[in-house]
Amino acid sequence: MGLVDRGRLPAPLTKLFNIGRSYSMWVYQWGLACCAIEMGAAFGSPRYDVMRLGVIPLPASPRQADLVVVSGTVTDKMAPAVKRLYEQMPEPKYVISMGSCANCGGPYWDSYSVTKGVDQIIPVDVYVPGCPPRPEALLEGVVLLQQRIKHEDMGARWRGEGFKPIKRDSEPIVVGGGPIE
Amino acid sequence: MTMLSERQQLSYIAAQAADARLNVELETEGMTLNIGPQHPATHGTLRIIARLDGEQVIWAEPSAGYMHRGYEKLTEVRTFPQVTALINRIDWLGSFANEVPFILAAEQLMEIEAPPRAQHIRTILFELSRIANVSLFLGDLGVQMGAVTPVFMAFRDREYVLNLIEGATGGRFHPNFDRIGGLKDDLPKGWLDETRQVMKKLRNFCDEIEDLLFGNEIFQSRTRGIGVIPADVARQYGLSGANLRASGVDWDLRRDQKLPLAYDKVDFRVWTHPDGDSWARCWIRLQEVREATKIVDQLIETLPPGPVMTKVPRIIKVPEGEAWVSTENPLGEMGYYVVSKGGLGPFRVKIRSASFNNISITPWVLKGVYVPDIITILASLYFILGDIDR
Repeated sequence: MGLVDRGRLPAPLTKLFNIGRSYSMWVYQWGLACCAIEMGAAFGSPRYDVMRLGVIPLPASPRQADLVVVSGTVTDKMAPAVKRLYEQMPEPKYVISMGSCANCGGPYWDSYSVTKGVDQIIPVDVYVPGCPPRPEALLEGVVLLQQRIKHEDMGARWRGEGFKPIKRDSEPIVVGGGPIE
Repeated sequence: MTMLSERQQLSYIAAQAADARLNVELETEGMTLNIGPQHPATHGTLRIIARLDGEQVIWAEPSAGYMHRGYEKLTEVRTFPQVTALINRIDWLGSFANEVPFILAAEQLMEIEAPPRAQHIRTILFELSRIANVSLFLGDLGVQMGAVTPVFMAFRDREYVLNLIEGATGGRFHPNFDRIGGLKDDLPKGWLDETRQVMKKLRNFCDEIEDLLFGNEIFQSRTRGIGVIPADVARQYGLSGANLRASGVDWDLRRDQKLPLAYDKVDFRVWTHPDGDSWARCWIRLQEVREATKIVDQLIETLPPGPVMTKVPRIIKVPEGEAWVSTENPLGEMGYYVVSKGGLGPFRVKIRSASFNNISITPWVLKGVYVPDIITILASLYFILGDIDR
């Protein structure tokens, strides 16, 4: 992967790799509170079935996962464990923050024991709003993340620089109802 | 002493050494096993610290607080109508059931009572949230023992109940539908017919689970005679709900208590089981789902006409006083002790949640069990982390 690190991979090959990566994500379910049940409904129920999107919700350990869904309230006591889990995951790794609590504290915005947003401790790729979001909303978040991965510069991701689009002048991805491609 | 050949001497020494090594190996050392705070087998983020001797637990302690969100403090800075939006999220599987005791306590302080139709609909939604809660428990029970199929079935049939709750209240998960003095809205058109059909589906689901899971030999050998809680110990630790009834104590607040809910108008059976083991706890919950479907069916038939909201002032001020109301929630007894100083919001709210007491028995019940049984016992005790830590 030396070519990828230096960002020397030809653009068509990068796109091919990205398509492959976006449709073979192993997602670790980090269920913390109420949203965990809706996440279970999205990932484990026959009505919403996430596997048709190319996402496998089965890894038993964060060490096997590409994507983690932080669903629910992150408390100050829990925050070190969340950070440690994120550090256990291998690169490249993505985070979906599900629910108002994980986004910003939600109904506990003035609580003394709740971390106001998981993005204070780990970087987040997609925020899914709602309290709790419906399973469809989480599935849309997964689709948006796949779109993001398809437009990603693999070299930057492998070097640990986070998300950078393939072309500097490419259109930004509109999140939330608008056209995504 | 007979002379031994060199070869015999060597083999004798080797045998002695092997014996000695074996003795050393058999002498086990204690080990501390940490389960959690996040583990696929726990509901939420409970952490159990267990001290093991070989495969047996000699000491276990739950470490709560990973989901502490400070409800009791937050209620002091919210107004009365705002509190219901918050307390929905304590027991997140049976959300509507959390609102009812608080609203009843507030109504008791204001000395008003909801109209009969509102009381009926409250009871129907209460039982629907019990079904939504316990049906997921029945599915999740299989996962703890390695069977994945029941959880798919539970999620399939739970969706029907969630559709009903969403149809009536607008919220799939956290309805926030209960108001002081009644309900926000009446039931939508066609809701009652759909409910009748869904209750039939739920009874089929109970039969399926009973055949598939409770009749399974592995399930029975994993739960029968394991985690036995005698009745007196259960009472001492303050267990409530199905955990207490599984120990043979005939105790149900729906039947024993006089509250402005419609339980006195229906005929239902309170199931008890003499064994007190994991199997009894699971079986009692299965029967409770069945009873809940029957209660809903009876209430639909006798739904009285009339308004769903009594006359209350636009800005709700609760007069000074104290009230304690507890109901039989899906997990056990849930109560609110509300102190009002005459302002817009409560002065202090003490929340008695069922799971906190149910989980307090774990140091007692986990002593001496084997490691795989920790998971099944915890699953059968059925706690929800939001209900423990609040």
